[in-house]
Amino acid sequence: MGLFILRRVGMMILTALCLTFVVFFLTNLYPNLEKLAKSQGNQRMSDEAVQSWLGNRGYLQSTPVKYGEWLGVLPGFTHTNDDGKTTGRCIDARKPVDTPPRFCGVVQGDWGYSTVFKEDVSTIIARRLGKTGKLMFWVMVLMVPSALILGVLAGMREGSKLDRTLSTVSITTTATPEYVSGVILISIFASSAFGLKWFKGTATSAMDNATFENFFLPVLTIALYGIGYIARMTRASMAEVMTSQYIRTARLKGVSFPNIVIKHALRNALIAPFTVIMLQFPWLLNGVVIVETLFNYKGFGWTLVQAAGNNDIELLLASSVVAVFVVLVTQLISDVGYVFLNPRIRIA
Amino acid sequence: MEPLSWGGIIVRIFLQFTPIWISLIVLFGMSIRFKRRLGLYGKLFDSTVGMIGFALVMFWVFTGIYAAFDLIILNDPLSQVSGMKYKLPGTPLPDGSGYYLLGGDTLARDVFSRMVAGSWIVVKIAPLATVFAFMVGITLGLPAGYYGGKFDTVLSFISNLVLAFPVILLFYLLVTPEIVETGIPAYMAAVLFIFPIIFLTVLLNSRFYTQPAKRNLYVGVTLLVSVTLYLSLISEPGTVISFVPRWIDLFDIPGNLLVVFVSVVFVNSPTVFRIVRGLVLDIRTRDYVAAAQTRGEGAWYIMLWEILPNARGPLIVDFCLRIGYTTILLGTLGFFGLGLESESPDWGTTINAGRKLLSVYPHRALPPALALMTLVLGLNLLADGLREESLRD
Repeated sequence: MGLFILRRVGMMILTALCLTFVVFFLTNLYPNLEKLAKSQGNQRMSDEAVQSWLGNRGYLQSTPVKYGEWLGVLPGFTHTNDDGKTTGRCIDARKPVDTPPRFCGVVQGDWGYSTVFKEDVSTIIARRLGKTGKLMFWVMVLMVPSALILGVLAGMREGSKLDRTLSTVSITTTATPEYVSGVILISIFASSAFGLKWFKGTATSAMDNATFENFFLPVLTIALYGIGYIARMTRASMAEVMTSQYIRTARLKGVSFPNIVIKHALRNALIAPFTVIMLQFPWLLNGVVIVETLFNYKGFGWTLVQAAGNNDIELLLASSVVAVFVVLVTQLISDVGYVFLNPRIRIA
Repeated sequence: MEPLSWGGIIVRIFLQFTPIWISLIVLFGMSIRFKRRLGLYGKLFDSTVGMIGFALVMFWVFTGIYAAFDLIILNDPLSQVSGMKYKLPGTPLPDGSGYYLLGGDTLARDVFSRMVAGSWIVVKIAPLATVFAFMVGITLGLPAGYYGGKFDTVLSFISNLVLAFPVILLFYLLVTPEIVETGIPAYMAAVLFIFPIIFLTVLLNSRFYTQPAKRNLYVGVTLLVSVTLYLSLISEPGTVISFVPRWIDLFDIPGNLLVVFVSVVFVNSPTVFRIVRGLVLDIRTRDYVAAAQTRGEGAWYIMLWEILPNARGPLIVDFCLRIGYTTILLGTLGFFGLGLESESPDWGTTINAGRKLLSVYPHRALPPALALMTLVLGLNLLADGLREESLRD
């Protein structure tokens, strides 16, 4: 088991390295750098000015070298002006120190500086992740119990009217991407057209002060897409358990139906959905990006879109590290958790 | 003219779709009449869920095709009529020539006509992109599952890499104008579009290997047609790949469309690869595969003519689901304003345009949102119906 986790962690780091290199490569292509120079310097820069702007900041080194510097395994770029002033990656113009560190990268805990938000990347990411964490927490609170209840109710009597109805509901929610359900929910519950102004159409105010009124719609929008999928998996697993021998035995010895469902079937039926819920996280990440953009909730997803739209290289890299990390960690947890929940599976 | 009431709007929209109702009734009548002779397709008409799904899907397919011939559309989806900005559904045009049945949008264009015109874009791209993703996934997944080993390890690692990427980040990285300028999507297109050629050539070659005359004819014709199509598809005057002389270049795909297409195929193919690989791992242990191996059949013959046909059930079901997913992805691209130009009537872009001032004028974003939802719902129900019917035998 320990070896298995170790191997998976090694794989995770390799994957993260590959992915960040891809992001790094794509964001450091020359047209992107040119755009960066023009948006940071001024729009009417000549080609030579762009060249020198980029050269002075170390953007024109080869991509592997820059990647090494970002990682912190190569010494940071330095440049000495004509008047003898030294600037560089590791030299913070705002907080001058006598001997700047030679290495400053992710390994040293320096995530870089956002060119769009004019702030350290680590502070931005930490703050935005906090906001998204709040959103995700409430999504989980809403999504997991309702999906499990829907699935268990549908699966306990396979083929019944209740099953048909609930299955249709879950298919409908999986067929509705967040940007569609969000638009529909806002139109119905937040617009003057239907006259039901129950909720607010934006969640900007929910960042500091979340209330039911301004936070319910974004949470519901993300949760809906996941509910259908988890409910369908729970239903399949529940239906399978309900046909097994020990349930038949319980019925034959006269245990009441609610007792069978709650005491006998539920435990075994909930193993499969656990994996599905964990694997649902990467999907939720997608949903978070869409919903935060739609509801203007400035969390992690919103930051990702801003960073990607403005080619904010270091912020984008940090965001993708976080995103990839979430995906891989949830995969690991789902594998390990599955072994714990289901003692029949052994990993050598 | 007076503005229409809601009843009037619904009646007019219903009448506007008349050609589609007729087509649907004819299609369903014929299919139900001959369903015993139509194989899996005919069996679909035994399940209510499948029939509802198929009806929803075909509704949008017909709408898309007719819209391409300017049939259902009332007003030009791109032209602006002054005075119709943000007008509510059922408002008559100022010159009295007709109505904006579902109102006007931010640029005073007809919401109804744009929704109908948008269906053609979706119906055109989504299935084709899914077919390409399947070609890539199958061509790589079959040998990966059949041989295993290093090849499998490397490909699985790459597909896991792509799958671990947040889709939206990938889109942002691939579809922005700066990246398009460097030609990366064009190179990706050149690589991804080669797979259908490989697939078809190997498919025919392995089948007719023992009859060289027939083989040469079939493979030759296929290669000629597909390579010509391939070259005209990837070569684009004014981009990095334009080495092909003009006389071969049959048609040009607008650059934006190609980029959208490529990124959607790229995102979808790893999942198909994983499914195919899993199915092959299961099927290759069957007796008929062992029989073919004993007969001395080639590896590709076994993969393409023994294993693949036996994996068709799950693949067909996944194909339906995946078209729906591709539709969602196309919508996502449009929603973030990536890819297609901003005046394009496709649903994602329209939803994106309609989300400003959404709580004041929801009528601009609702029709494309509901259209997208019903199409994807139809595809999901269709997949469900197919799964049920194919499990039955």
